[in-house]
Amino acid sequence: MEIAIISGKGGTGKSSISAAFATLTSNVVLADCDVDAANLYLIFNPTHSEEQVYIAGQKAVIDYSVCSNCGLCVNYCRFNAIHFKSEKVEIDEISCDGCQLCSRICPESAITMVNNDRSRMYSGTFRNGQMVYGRLAPGEENSGKLVNMVREKAKILAKENSIKNIIIDGPPGIGCAVISSITGVNHVVIVTEPTISGLHDLKRTLEVVSKFNLKAWVIINKYDLNTDMSSQIELHCSELGVSLAGKLPFDSAVVDAMVNCKSIIEWSPNSLVAKEIENIFRRILNEFA
Amino acid sequence: MTKSNSIRIAIASGKGGTGKTLISTSLFYTLQNNNQEVTLVDCDAEEPNDMLYFSGINEKSIDVTQRVPVIDESKCTYCGKCHDYCSYKAIFILPQSKIIKVMDDLCHGCGACTVACKFDAITEKSVLLGEVSCYNISSNSKIIESRTRIGVYSPVPIIKSAISEAKNQGIILMDSPPGTSCPFIQTVAQANYVILVTEPTPFGLSDLKQSVETLKTMGKPYGVIVNRAGLGNNQIYSYFKEEGIALLMEIPFDREIASIYSKGLIIAHQKPELQLELLNVLNIILAQHGNSNN
Repeated sequence: MEIAIISGKGGTGKSSISAAFATLTSNVVLADCDVDAANLYLIFNPTHSEEQVYIAGQKAVIDYSVCSNCGLCVNYCRFNAIHFKSEKVEIDEISCDGCQLCSRICPESAITMVNNDRSRMYSGTFRNGQMVYGRLAPGEENSGKLVNMVREKAKILAKENSIKNIIIDGPPGIGCAVISSITGVNHVVIVTEPTISGLHDLKRTLEVVSKFNLKAWVIINKYDLNTDMSSQIELHCSELGVSLAGKLPFDSAVVDAMVNCKSIIEWSPNSLVAKEIENIFRRILNEFA
Repeated sequence: MTKSNSIRIAIASGKGGTGKTLISTSLFYTLQNNNQEVTLVDCDAEEPNDMLYFSGINEKSIDVTQRVPVIDESKCTYCGKCHDYCSYKAIFILPQSKIIKVMDDLCHGCGACTVACKFDAITEKSVLLGEVSCYNISSNSKIIESRTRIGVYSPVPIIKSAISEAKNQGIILMDSPPGTSCPFIQTVAQANYVILVTEPTPFGLSDLKQSVETLKTMGKPYGVIVNRAGLGNNQIYSYFKEEGIALLMEIPFDREIASIYSKGLIIAHQKPELQLELLNVLNIILAQHGNSNN
């Protein structure tokens, strides 16, 4: 079974809750799909048994010894990535989308495509099972495809090691990486916080989840920072028929746990937060059984 | 600060939820309050939040669209050249069964298939990606919001369109999307200066390092604001020292701030002492990087 933890708004506590879930079962596959800002390895310090290169698309490069400066590519490029700069054709690496059209239409064959090959996927073991995580090189696109690669690897590891549950720590937002993180999972757990931004972002996230017909659960993290807003979120969920998995109080022990490279379950197993996360996890698992 | 000052400042962070929007809204409010000409561009098109904190008159809204191919099957010979030209695997083809299909979601609108087709079988339609809305907040302040349509894969075209709506006048603040991938790069590429907002936790530090490395490669000047100071540990400060990173300001961890913010109120309005600190940060940035041409 795959459980994906996402949030819409960043910093609501996805990774802390994913880490807690991962330490509630003795054998689990943990897939860190926040490939832009992978953080769970900081807590679990997994082994690097395997490293794989991920090709995040391509970039066009001009060979100036061949280029006749005709400017045809400038006219064809729809990403506004090619310009005349001091009478020379130049490709802006940041705007280039890697579509390859310029390279195909160049009469001098002066443009070649170069792979963006600085992104990586790592896998190995950690104290509670197997772990896979992706690291997208800064500025590289197609993070959704790297997420797919991480999830595929996680499934293989689950099968090889007869592990039942895969925990997916997803990225913030609602774009391609989020869509890739939740497509086909058994449960989507959305972590929100009782702020006006939290509610706004939750609404958009729930729209995405419903578009893909997935079972969604909502956790209100730090609910006691604003109990009115927390009630509004609960109301919104019940109006949409979305299950509230639970509410967690603010506790600085969650940050202390992170600083000490532990999940809250490991760091402070008897705290209210730890107990409630355990209840939430059982609730989700039971629902499925 | 004089009226001739024009600068684009991006407010960014690798890690989400560190306080980009808190800083952006407070900076915007402070400048507005000091009669400075200011534009805030909400570049977090997946989850735009800035307009939750202000009200204003919607001056105009622009649909951001992308071109997607439409294949005329009466002209198509199923030669497969469009499929070969597509770098995004957006054209599915089974020549033997005479099946060809465009997967709109995967298309980036590059136009390569149109160039590839020698049978005049491909035309293009417009698909809505999102919206850019411009709001007048006061006589000399406005907010430009980018917003993706639900289910759209990449916010980049909408972000670019929103930034291009900002006239090069006064101070332009850009509330950036989280992460260090394309949406972040597209935003900070347009900035003269980047304020990185972080928190003193291991996650905050790890993501900050990645943002710093990215900005270094891009050659962008930057400084850091630490939010929720007092939470977590001191590692981040050692990192600033090692790297010679400018610490612009610290906002202490405070349940009152969290509570004000949660209600959709602006911190700099509720805590006016913050305005002086923010103006001070801005003056430092302007002194070093103001009037620079992009």
